[in-house]
Formats: sequence, C-alpha cells, structure tokens
Amino acid sequence: MKKNLVTAVLMTIATTILLGIVYPLVVTGIARVIFPDEANGQLVQRNERIIGSRILGQAFTGPGYFHSRRSAAGNGYDAANSGGTNLGPTNQKLIERVREDTASLQAENPGRPIPVDLVTASASGLDPHISPATAEFQIPRVARERGITEEQTRQLVVKHTVGRQFGFLGERRVNVLELNLELDSNYPLKETKR
Amino acid sequence: MTANGWFQIAFFLLLILAVTKPMGVFMARVFNREKTFMDPALRPIERLLYRVTGVDENHEMRWTEYAVAMLLFSAVSMLVLYLMQRAQAFLPFNPQKLAGVAPALAFNTAASFTTNTNWQNYSGETTMSYFTQMAGLAYHNFVSAAVGIAVAIVFIRGLAWREVETIGNFWVDLVRSCLWVLLPFCIVGALALVSQGVVQNLKPYDTVKLIEPQQVQKADANGKPVVRPDGKPVMDKVTARTIAQGPVASQEIIKEWGTNGGGFFNANSAHPFENPTPLSNLIELFCIFAISAGLTYTLGRMTGSPRHGWAVWAAMAILFFVGVSVTYWAEARGNPLLPGGVDQRVSAAQSGGNMEGKEIRFGIANTALWATVTTDASCGAINGWHDSFTPLGGMVPLVNIMLSEVIFGGVGAGMYGVLIYIVLAVFIAGLMVGRTPEYLGKKIEAYDVKMAMLVVLVFPLVILGFSAISAVKGFGTSSILNPGPHGLSEILYSFTSQAGNNGSAFAGLNTNTLWYNTAGGITMLVGRFLMILPMLAIAGSLARKKYVPASRGTFPVTTPLFTALLIGVILIVGALTFFPALSLGPILEHLLMAAGKTF
Amino acid sequence: MATKKTAVWEWKIVKRAVWDAFLKLNPRKMMGNPVMFVVEVGSVITTALLFRGGAAFKFNLQITLWLWFTVLFANFAEAMAEGRGKAQADTLRKARSETLANRLLDSGQIEKIPSSKLRAGDLVLVSACEFIPSDGEIVEGVASVDESAITGESAPVIREAGGDRSAVTGGTRVLSDQIKVKITSNPGESFLDRMIALVEGAERQKTPNEIALNILLAGLTIIFLLAVITLQPFAIYSGSPQTVFVLVSLLVCLIPTTIGGLLSAIGIAGMDRLIQHNVLAMSGRAVEAAGDVNTLLLDKTGTITLGNRQASRFITAPGITEAELADAAQLSSLADETPEGRSIVVLAKEKYGLRGRELSSHEAQFVPFSAQTRMSGVNLDGFEIRKGAVDAIQKYVSLNGRGFAEQVQEHVDQIARSGGTPLVVAERGRGVLGVIELKDVVKGGMRERFDQLRAIGIRTVMITGDNPLTAAAIAREAGVDDFLAQATPRDKMDLIKREQAGGKLVAMTGDGTNDAPALAQADVGVAMNTGTQAAKEAGNMVDLDSNPTKLIEVVKIGKQLLMTRGALTTFSISNDVAKYFAIIPAMFAGTFPVLNALNIMRLQTSQSAVLSAVIFNALIIIALIPLALRGVKYRPMPAAELLRRNLLIYGVGGIIVPFLGIKLIDMLITRIGLA
Repeated sequence: MKKNLVTAVLMTIATTILLGIVYPLVVTGIARVIFPDEANGQLVQRNERIIGSRILGQAFTGPGYFHSRRSAAGNGYDAANSGGTNLGPTNQKLIERVREDTASLQAENPGRPIPVDLVTASASGLDPHISPATAEFQIPRVARERGITEEQTRQLVVKHTVGRQFGFLGERRVNVLELNLELDSNYPLKETKR
Repeated sequence: MTANGWFQIAFFLLLILAVTKPMGVFMARVFNREKTFMDPALRPIERLLYRVTGVDENHEMRWTEYAVAMLLFSAVSMLVLYLMQRAQAFLPFNPQKLAGVAPALAFNTAASFTTNTNWQNYSGETTMSYFTQMAGLAYHNFVSAAVGIAVAIVFIRGLAWREVETIGNFWVDLVRSCLWVLLPFCIVGALALVSQGVVQNLKPYDTVKLIEPQQVQKADANGKPVVRPDGKPVMDKVTARTIAQGPVASQEIIKEWGTNGGGFFNANSAHPFENPTPLSNLIELFCIFAISAGLTYTLGRMTGSPRHGWAVWAAMAILFFVGVSVTYWAEARGNPLLPGGVDQRVSAAQSGGNMEGKEIRFGIANTALWATVTTDASCGAINGWHDSFTPLGGMVPLVNIMLSEVIFGGVGAGMYGVLIYIVLAVFIAGLMVGRTPEYLGKKIEAYDVKMAMLVVLVFPLVILGFSAISAVKGFGTSSILNPGPHGLSEILYSFTSQAGNNGSAFAGLNTNTLWYNTAGGITMLVGRFLMILPMLAIAGSLARKKYVPASRGTFPVTTPLFTALLIGVILIVGALTFFPALSLGPILEHLLMAAGKTF
Repeated sequence: MATKKTAVWEWKIVKRAVWDAFLKLNPRKMMGNPVMFVVEVGSVITTALLFRGGAAFKFNLQITLWLWFTVLFANFAEAMAEGRGKAQADTLRKARSETLANRLLDSGQIEKIPSSKLRAGDLVLVSACEFIPSDGEIVEGVASVDESAITGESAPVIREAGGDRSAVTGGTRVLSDQIKVKITSNPGESFLDRMIALVEGAERQKTPNEIALNILLAGLTIIFLLAVITLQPFAIYSGSPQTVFVLVSLLVCLIPTTIGGLLSAIGIAGMDRLIQHNVLAMSGRAVEAAGDVNTLLLDKTGTITLGNRQASRFITAPGITEAELADAAQLSSLADETPEGRSIVVLAKEKYGLRGRELSSHEAQFVPFSAQTRMSGVNLDGFEIRKGAVDAIQKYVSLNGRGFAEQVQEHVDQIARSGGTPLVVAERGRGVLGVIELKDVVKGGMRERFDQLRAIGIRTVMITGDNPLTAAAIAREAGVDDFLAQATPRDKMDLIKREQAGGKLVAMTGDGTNDAPALAQADVGVAMNTGTQAAKEAGNMVDLDSNPTKLIEVVKIGKQLLMTRGALTTFSISNDVAKYFAIIPAMFAGTFPVLNALNIMRLQTSQSAVLSAVIFNALIIIALIPLALRGVKYRPMPAAELLRRNLLIYGVGGIIVPFLGIKLIDMLITRIGLA
C-alpha cells in the first residue's frame, strides 16, 4: 500500500513530464517546421493586419456579401467562444427563429425554397462554409448589390466551391470568407450601405 | 440519405475491420511482453520510468493489490489535476492570463478527466490555460485511457491464465499502455491532423480586424443581453474578434485515440481548429474505434480463440450499423416542424436534413456517423450538437451509452463492459444447454454472477436515481434549456453520459451548477470505479479457476448464434432497464413532434 | 428400470398443494425467494391502499387480487413439486414404523428391543418374515429380501454375508432364511430417514447454479425496482403521475416472476425425477454435477456387456467334426441352467440346426457343476461327456488315459488371449472333442447410447479387469471412446484424478468396497443399492435398481434440470417486451394520446391493458407448472443446436406468446365486463 502510494506519486510526476509536457512540445516543434501555416490557424492578412482565418467563419450580414450561417458562438461568430444553440427540435424558440428567418428570406428571394443550412445554426458557431444551395440562393441579391451579373457571381461561387475530399469524403461546400474576399477584390462594393 | 453517405459509413467500417487484427496482435504482444518493433526506442524509456518510480517489473499482483494501485494512482493524479486548475494563474503557458478554476468546477473537471469521461462544464478556450490543457487535461487523456486498457487486459488475462493468484502488474500495464499503445501513434496522428489544419501552437490568441463590422446584442457583466424598456435588445458594434489558439492537435489526437472526448474548445470536434476537413474527421473517427476494435482480436488471441474475438467484433459491428442507420435516417428526414418554405431535401447542392447544430463540411452522414461512434465508444467528442438532433436521432446516442458503451466502446472500457454482457449471455446459454455455464473454459459461478450483476446494477442506479431527483426538483429542472419531453432527455442524457464516462451531452442543460457539478462528479466516479472494482474481482476469480476443456456439450462462443445471443442480451438488458424512461423522453417527443407539437 | 409415470395433476397432490400455497405466504419463508417476496410486499401495499378507498375501486381490487394470486400460484407450484415427494415420504414412513429387534448380547442371549433403540455396532438376528430393523451389514448367513418398500421392485433379492451384496436396509423384509446383521446407522440417520428427508425436500439446499441464478434474478429484480420507482418522478415531470396500483402492476410484470415462481419447483422436480428413476441423490449439487459430466467411467461387466459370457464358436479337436462337437456340447448342456449353458444350447441350435432334445432322467444322468470337479456334463447310454475349464478337463482326460492335443491347446490359448473364455469338451472314450469359445456379449443398443453421449460431448471410458487385447476388442465393439484394461481400484482412482486435473468432471458407478475411494473421488458417484455400505456412503447417489446403465439417465436428468431453469429464465425475461407494450402506453396515453402508437396490441382501455398484463403474468406460472415439473424436452444433440432450439422456443416464443396471451385476456375481460 505505502510502496504503491509512493509509486503513484512518482509515476504521476514522471508521466506528466513525459506525456503532458515533452510530448506536446515535441509535436509543436515539429508542426511549426513542417506545417507552419496550418499549425498557426491559416490566418489571412490584408494590409498587414490579420483579418481572419481561412477555416473559421465570420459574420457577414451586409446585402453585398454572401451571408454565413447562423452562429451561437458567443454573441455570434466569436472565435474565442465556440458553440451551438443546443435548441431541441421541438423547441418553440427554434421554430419561431426559423419562421422569422424564413419570412425575411422569402421576401428577399420569393418563391424559392430556402436551403436548410441558411436558417439553422452551425455546431461550432464558426462554420466557415455554406452549402452550394445556400450560395446559389444568395446569388441574385449579391449580384444586384454589387451591380454585376448573376453569372459573374456564380462563377466566383463555383470557384470557391470545394468538392468532396478524395471525391467521397464530406459534403460539397463554399468557403464564405474566401468567396467574400474575392468578391471584394474583384467587384468592390460601390458604397457601404450602412 | 445518399449513396455517398452510406458509402462513407461503409468505408469507415471497412477501415475498422482492417485495423482490428494488426492492432489486436500488437496489443497482445505488448501486454504479453513479447518483442515488438518499437522496443529499441521504448524499452529504454520504460526502464528509466521504472527506475525513477521504483517499480519492480517482475512483481505480480493479486487483483486486490492491482485495484489498490489503480485507485491510488487515480486519486493522486486526480488531486494533481485539481490543484493544477486551481493554480493555473501561477503556472507557465498561460498567455491569456486565465484565472484559477473555481473549486466545484475544478472538482467536477478533475473527476471527469480522471474517469475518462471528459464531461465539460466549462468552455476550454475561456477557462483553461495551455498548461492545464497539456499537462492536466491531455495528460489525463493518456493515463485514464491507459488504465482502461490495463483493466481490459487484466480481464482477458483472467480468462487466459489458469490457476494463478495474480493478474499482472498495474504499473507495468499502465506504462506499456502509454508508451506502446498510445504515445507513438499520437505523435504521428497529431502531425497528420496538423496537416489538415488542426492548430498546434503556444502563442496568445490572435485578434482579427473584421472585414465587415458586426452588430451584436450588448451584454451585461453576467453575459445577459441588455434590453431596452420596450423589450428590443440594445445593439453593439464589433469591429474586432479574438481567435482562440493553442496546442490543439497533440490533445485532439489522444482525445480520440484514448476515447476521452474532452474538446480543447467548447465546440469540440465541430470546431474547425479541432476538425477542419472531412479527412481529419475520418482520422478522428478511426482513432475512436481503433484500439477498441483491436482489443476484440487481443481477446481472441490471448485466449487462444481468435474466432471468438471476431464473433464479439461482429456483434459490435452489427449494433454499430443499426445505430448509425437509425440516426442517419432520422437526421436526414429533417425536422417536420420547420416552416414549409425551408428546403430540407437532399440534393447535389446540399445535404439537407436536420442541420441545426451541424457543420456543412460534415453534413448529415458524417455527423450521424460521429454521434453513433462517439457514444458507441465512451468518447464523447462531438462534431454536432446531440441536443439539436431529432428525437430518434438523439435517442440512438443516448441508448448507445445506456447499453454501457460496449459497441467497440471506450478503450478498455468497451472490452471489459462487453465481457460482463458475455458473462451474462454465457450464463443463460450455459443453463439452456444443460451445463454449468462456462466461458472460454472458465466456469461462471455464483461469485462471478454476483460481481457481474453489481456492475450491471451500478449503471441504472446512478443514472435513474439522479435523473429522477433532477426531474422533480427545482435545482434540476431549472437547468433545462428545451422544455417538454426533450428536457427529460437532457437530464437523462447528462447522467447517462457521466455514468458511462462518455462526456458528450445534450448540452442545452446548464450543468455548471452546484447540484449538477456535485451529482455529476459522483456519478462519474461511481460509473468508473464501482464498475472497475467488481470487474477486477471477476478477473481475479477467473484467473484462479481451472480450465475446463471444451467439448461438444459446450456452447461454442465462436458462432453467429453466439453473436446473435450477445446482441440479444445487450439489447434486452439495456432496453428493459431504460425503456420506461425513454418512453417519456425521446419516444414521446418523437410522437409529439410528428403530431406537430412544440414546447 | 422402473420408471413410475405420475400424472402432473393428481387430485390428492393438488388438494394438499393448494393448502400449502397459503401456508407458504409466511413472509419469513418468502424471503428466500427475493422475486416473489417483492410481489408479496407489493400485494400487501396494494391491499392496504385498497382500504383507503379512492377512485377505480373495481380495478384496484382486481389488481390486488391478481397480485395475491401471483404469489399463491408460485407457492402452489412449489407445493406441487413437493407434493409427490411428500406422498412418497408417507409411504416410506410406514416402512419405518417401529419394529422389535432381536439384539444379540455379548453373552449370546437375545434381547428384544424397539428398533429405534438400536445403535451402530449392535448385532441383530433377523429371521424370515421379519423386518430388518435398521441399516446394516450381514455378518452371517444368506437370505432373500423383499426391498419393494424402497425400490418399488417386487422381486426379492439375495443378500449374503461377505462380498459386495452384504448391505441391508432398514424397513425391508427378510423372506427366507435367517441372517445376522451388524447395524451400521444410529436412529434418525438410517438410509430410510435420509430418503424420507430427501424426497420431502426437507434437506434441500440450493445448488451452486441455482444460487448463481438466484443472484441474477435478484439483480434483475433490483434493476426493475429502480426502473419503476424512478418512473414516477419522470411521470410527474411529464404531468402524468401514476397510482401505486399501476406502478406495482408494472413492477410485478417486469420482475422475473415466471422463473422466480417456478425456480424451486424445478429443483425439487429434478430431484423427484431422479427418485422416479429409483436414484437417490444425496445432494442437489450432485445432480447438477451430473449435467456437467465430461467423462463417464463404466464397468464393463453388467454395464456394457450382459455380464454373462455366451458361447460364440465351436472349435474342433483334430479328427472331430463340428457337428459332433456341437452335438456333444449341446448334450452336455441340456440340463445346464446357467446362462453359459443355455447359450451353448442356443448356439448349437442356431448354427447346426440341432434341436434341443428331451432326455428323460432315466436314460441320462446330469452331472452338475461342482467346485471340486469344476466340470459339468452328462452320462448317457454309457457315454460320458464333460465340459469345463482347461485344467479340469486336462485332468479328466489324463485320468482316462487320453492326451491333450497340441492344436487344442493352441486354440485354448488363442481364445484366452482375445479375451474369451475357453470351455473344453471331452468324451470319456474319445478324449477332447473341441473347445467352446465363450465371449462377452455387448448389450443391445449400447453403441447408439454412446454415440448420443458423444454427441453431447461426454467421453465414455470402459473399465475392465480384462487384458488390454480383450478390452480393446470389446471397446471397439461397444463403441466406447476409451478403456482401462486390467484395472485395479488404484488405476481407476488415478484415471479419475487425471481427468479431474484436466478440468473434467467424472461420473462412475460402483458397488464394491474397493470402489469406495473412487466413488468418493468422482464428481458423480453412483453406488448400487446392492453394494456394500462403504460404497453407498462414498458415492453421492444410490441407484436402488442397481442398474449401472442408469448413469446415462442421471446425466440426462442433470442436464434437463439446468436446461429447464435456463429456458424459463429466458422465457421470463423475453415476456417483458410485450408487457412493456401493454402497460407503458396504458399509463401515459391518458395524458399523451400519441403514445397509443405503442399500444400495438390495440388493447381496449388503459385499465384492461394493465389488468390483462397482470393476469397473464399470474396465469403463465400455472400454465408452466407441468413444464417445470416434467422438465423441458431433452434431446441429445450438440450444445450449439440445443441452444438454437431452446432460444427459438423460449426466447423468441417468450417474446411472442405474451402478445397473444395479453390480447386474448384483454378481449375476454372487456367482453365479460371486468374492465
């Protein structure tokens, strides 16, 4: 008993050093050398300032941008406070929220069915993607706002549509940040509406 | 549901099938102390560890000493974790200057990570320093998994060894688990994850200047939204955001490889920094099942009946497939309560279905697959919120845990859990063929049945007991986010998950309260150690027994019939215990949802 | 063997069992059976609440009554199982009735004392028509004894001093002659006493598997207790609290009452089945062990072979035809009533068409076998034919001046080598005519039985004193898996220990004193009732018929006992599925009509649903009493097939039957207006 207690203490210390400190530091060191961009979060810089991470979603609400999905990360797309709504399928609040969003989206693009991911919140609250259907749904609005044709807009969407990995893994998706950044650089907004 | 979705599920199962034998053989060799290709690198480290900690690697322990060593180690390391959280402000690697963790939460978290549960009443990125994450939480991801593997190996030894009093040496099993089974793969796997975009750094959080300033609700000091007298929220303009960083990949990999499940970030494996691509998703899924699947082969190999190992594997695979099918079906159907204008149908342009709380890159198939896998195993990592699943889609994860996570299961825990079911199945089957029941040549007698029943009993006791109290007391119901039957599911899920040392949640339930922190902490400790102790007792009892050679009068445990019987016992014991509670939770909610009712 | 078939529902037994069922309600007795104890507690609670009044009195009353019936039915099942034993015990008690014994004093005088005063070591004299006062060993004399009081077999048996047939049992009756018996048991400890206790079940202790099963059932009961107790808070959360009556009903339906109620009946009935086969098991443990036996040790003589050697071949001496030899052999055996003699007559008739001839005593003079001459034969019209052992005939012919042909000697040796017994035939005038080969004859049907045993994984080992060659020949013929030749008691013991060291369970039969150590060592040792006291005490079973083949029946009964328990456990647990589908929707459909989707049996009302489930749960106990008492059908087949069959019948059947039963009861009680 006593011998095992001593061993327990020593073992905790020894293994903590090995597995809790040496191991992560070694991995950090190697990662920094062979995958420096990925290890640091694939940050995007513009004008020397970090404007986001390619793999984290941001809130876009202006009509000239493709909108991201709903987010429950903090007060919305808070990348230091990830999370979902956790609303259950029969929760009145969820149904109400979706109903309101649906109503305003239908007004924006009447007669078209609204892709489900546009009215639902993502799991992380930082989902960088929307489905191609949701992008398609927003094309008329973005094109109108930017004064370009829908076809021009669609070409950009297609360019930023990622297929399934190796042809079968995951789902097709559009990276909202990258798409909006390219929109801004190719077809800048004439004026900020707000 | 799509052909591609089914293909991804089938592909995953094939990967698991492929890894079972090599992993199983490797672990059998490791724990039989036979030579492996890693010995040249690891033996020196192993010897050094024994020298430093004063372990005699040739000392053999009875099950009682083994249990004492296991408990002492768990207690000491749990205490260290508690103190580390409390003192993190004074420890290194804390670029965000996070304060010490509050006592109740620190207790709950320490219990949670020591028991391989990784229930999280905190958000990682806002609560834990890098040091706590690495040396505290990720560290426990290693050792709690290693303890689980050790116990499973001891049980297998109980079956394989004959007429001996001892069952191995805890310290040796612990160290060999860590060094051979866990660490090498984690180094490789962590780098693979980094290649996909999982972050791995020690830098402070980054600040981002937003492309488009964001309108957000103003919040007061307590995080509650500030509202104007007319009820409209007061808005604030945000122009910059913080991006949480950290040594994620090194923790992410062991989180899955050791079926721990405690996310670095609050959103766990739904967070793009933890699980950025479908490939990282597949790697992580693979890691959750790999060791547990391998252990079925280890069981077969060490007991000299590889076909028995496969029979157990088959039972697990079938249960897995049934579960994932139901979840996939239920989630792909979507939520009938959403207004008609919302298109939930699957098409080339969207995966459709119930997308609330799910990520686009994973879609329905991969989220359903993950939810099934993480609860089949005692992992508990999530890539979509189970609370937002449809009632039946969410019931599958709940039921998976209620079946005590024996569908491959947690590393080690799944194996020793399924062995309990096998003992019961073999007991009933043995009687039905007119013999004193025996399992792989060991007679199953009153003592073994008693210990097995103890294990089976602990589970409903803590789950149903604490859930019942929570369902009728204000301190329980006030934490509910989703009212109606779903609220009951939230409570049930919380205690089921903690008793099963799973750690996933119907996370709407606010469990960072005195009641849930305390009851949950107890539930996790009971769910871990009150199960392991009888388990070790059975192992000790089995090891002492004589071997009875099999004859044609012995019921074979290598056949499809055995697989079917095992499935039947798992389902019946689990279903009969929890059916009443489930009927008032998810089943009722499903029927009400179909009838158009909201809460 | 004498298998007495008793109908399950015998009126006398039923009457007594009904009364006993009520006596067994005593909670202290019920505690031993946790499952039924819970039901009894539930019944008490609902009864108490009944008197507090409240709504739905008619429903509550019916529930309460059926809960009590459930307990009573279980008690009744146990009482039924005990009933047959009790009836048998009554008969035995009559045999034990007080007799006067003639005790021999040291002085040689005889003292009349009541049999109950006899102690072990006393010597008594028992004459014809007297009852033997207590168990003992004959030390002097030989007698024919009527043991029907114990064995039920009316044919008298011979008991004699010395050897392996010296034991006598108290309560049996001497028919002829007088014997001197040394008493071996003290009052209250005699065989009869033990037997009465056994058949009554008074000494019944739970067997290892029964204890394990009981733990399993108790565990399940606690699990369901938890499930039901916690259901009320969940129901309150859902706004649909339940009455105690409904909750107790659900509990009683879920806990394994079917197996719980029948468990002890199955055990008692298993012992009873053994008794019906005239086997007394000294412990239930032995019966269970019989089911587990891996190796059967069977004595060759009397078990595998008929025990008597039979003529199988005539081998002539030089110059003699086979017909001549056969004729002479037959003539010499016509009056020989020993089995060997008869078999010679038969062989001659079958092989050479020689009919048995009527020879009146004036023309022929038969010479019976005597220990001095070791020959038998006939003197007829001046011929003198003799047959006998080799050395005896050798002497006989040499006296008559004839030699012993070398070929004959060779034949004799060859027969002896192959395990047969040579019997030489000679005629006074012509010398040796030839040799009759006597061989062991394997009993009919043995090969099939051994095949069956092999199918269920039991290895048979033949034990014989023969030389290995003979043993191998007979083993091959009989189809046993192995043999132990030239076996001494020590060899036998070693064999048992060797098997046991390999984890195997060994069963054997024995009767002699030198068998006693092996009988004690074996996991199942069946002593022959004709055997010595030492053997009977060493074994854990006694076969009253002294039929060694019965070991196979014992194994079967042991297996059947375990199978019945396993089958009913499976059935009981499977039943719960249907009961859930009856009761859960009934409980909550009032508040949540959507839950009627679970009411797949379409039961009429909530009350009728609950009531039907409870009634089914009670009646199924009664319905399964015959199965519990008779045991499930046992067919020798490999375990895998057996399991598949039983799982199908009792597992799948156990899921389906209650759906039908509950629906039927629901239709019935709504029709007659009970609910």
